[in-house]
Amino acid sequence: MTDVLDLTALEAHEAMVAGDLGAEEYTAAWREAAAGDELNAYLWRDQGGEEAAAIAVERDCVAPIAVKDIFTTEGVPTTAGSRILEGYRPPYTSTAVRKLLEAGAPVLGKTNMDEFAMGSSNENSAYGPVLNPWDRERVPGGSSGGSAAVVAGGLAPWAIGTDTGGSIRQPAAFCGIVGLKPTYGAISRYGMIAFASSLDQCGPLTRTVSDAALLLGVLQGKDPCDSTSVGIDGGIALPGREDLSGLRFGVPAELRGDDYDSGVRAVFEQTLRKIEDLGGEIAEVSLPSSEHGISAYYVIAPAEASSNLARYDGVRYGMRAGGDGDLIEMYETTRSEGFGPEVKRRIMLGTYALSSGYYEAYYGQAQKVRTRIAEDFSGAFGSVDFVVTPTAPSVAFKLGEKTDDPLAMYLNDFFTVPMSLAGIPAISIPAGLAEPEGGGPQLPVGFQIASPAFSEQKLLDAAYALEQGIGFGARPGGVAGA
Amino acid sequence: MVGELSGILEHVDRIGNLDLEGVEPTSHVVALENVLRPDEPRPSLPRDVALASAPDPQDGAFRAPSPQAE
Repeated sequence: MTDVLDLTALEAHEAMVAGDLGAEEYTAAWREAAAGDELNAYLWRDQGGEEAAAIAVERDCVAPIAVKDIFTTEGVPTTAGSRILEGYRPPYTSTAVRKLLEAGAPVLGKTNMDEFAMGSSNENSAYGPVLNPWDRERVPGGSSGGSAAVVAGGLAPWAIGTDTGGSIRQPAAFCGIVGLKPTYGAISRYGMIAFASSLDQCGPLTRTVSDAALLLGVLQGKDPCDSTSVGIDGGIALPGREDLSGLRFGVPAELRGDDYDSGVRAVFEQTLRKIEDLGGEIAEVSLPSSEHGISAYYVIAPAEASSNLARYDGVRYGMRAGGDGDLIEMYETTRSEGFGPEVKRRIMLGTYALSSGYYEAYYGQAQKVRTRIAEDFSGAFGSVDFVVTPTAPSVAFKLGEKTDDPLAMYLNDFFTVPMSLAGIPAISIPAGLAEPEGGGPQLPVGFQIASPAFSEQKLLDAAYALEQGIGFGARPGGVAGA
Repeated sequence: MVGELSGILEHVDRIGNLDLEGVEPTSHVVALENVLRPDEPRPSLPRDVALASAPDPQDGAFRAPSPQAE
């Protein structure tokens, strides 16, 4: 038998159901692999013991999973990458994790992330940055950087993360794996620590499109604990489409050459040709408001965050500092010491955008831009089945390269934010390798496909056909083939 | 941080001049209205569990510094 760690999660699941693979030894093999984490990708790992028992599965027959540390897990540390939640052991388990446990997927570990999911490089974690398994001097992307790095780095068979403006898709692209942001409402947000509630969505980070489909099928569904959840009608089946005939893929006319690196562009154009080879049709679509996506997003997301993060008050749970003074002094000291710089920046931006006299100019205007962006997509989907773009403007950048320039960091979300604002599903699949600007070994490039709300099945089917056509076999360290 | 915030606001200000008169603002992307669930009592967290993570629990309650400066 081949090394069990080489199996995709779906293959392992099928082998376990058929009785060809023992669930216990399979999970033990992954625990051993996870114990070898040199990427700072895990914040907590299941090594048995009381903590793990709190969230144990009754029968494991689904591959163990790495969970972004933003999902509450009863009795197991949950930090959201923040100092303010250091040592916090939630009294309840998020719906997403509960569904995984019920399906028979043990939690392998909790993964590192940008603090409260605010960031595109994982450098905003209070627990240190995650290293990209392809090049340890580079970032894995963010904010689900830990979840992407463990899957790409052979430390977990698959993972879940959250995506608010690209936080699943961009790290998936930087690490050469598949990342899916489902439609807003497809998966319950209950127990998913809130960043920007009108945008946050849980989704899979996997080696293959089939694994993403299997995971989405488990996770999706309406949940009485999240009144914004609706689930996906009919559920999700494994994808099986073999070609792209009869499907139209729209490329935004607004995509400009200077929006992204030449290496990324070469892979993008090569992938468009691959779509045509598979029988798909390439058309031009117009998304005129998308260029304002970043501006609208960096008003709406911080505004919602500034409200959501008010709960960290040093009273009910989490860290408290400065408890000897009066209440206000305690709040101030707790938040000054508990929050990192990016979180403070966004709280300030958010409260400013919501303040009297500025509300209409910033928040009100941003919500109208959001309407326009959603209308652009509905218009485009009148003539095409999918909208495609590169996932990120560049390959993984170097650690420290953008930390002094928050705006440059924000612009990394240029291609992923519009879909988040429109609430529609989008997947990033690895499409090829490109040299970084300035030279160096080749790194993965992601190809993003977006589709209308709740059309995940069609999206996964098309992504699967394209994945088979591309045949991306590269792995960190230059090992080809699976 | 002042310089950084100004830079971000300058970028964000690009949407300030767009003519969006009459455009409905979007606060929620999925068309949902009045989502109600049955009003059935369910058990809540036991008090000791709810207090287990509090930095300074006392007598079955959360204790916080006084809002009045001394």
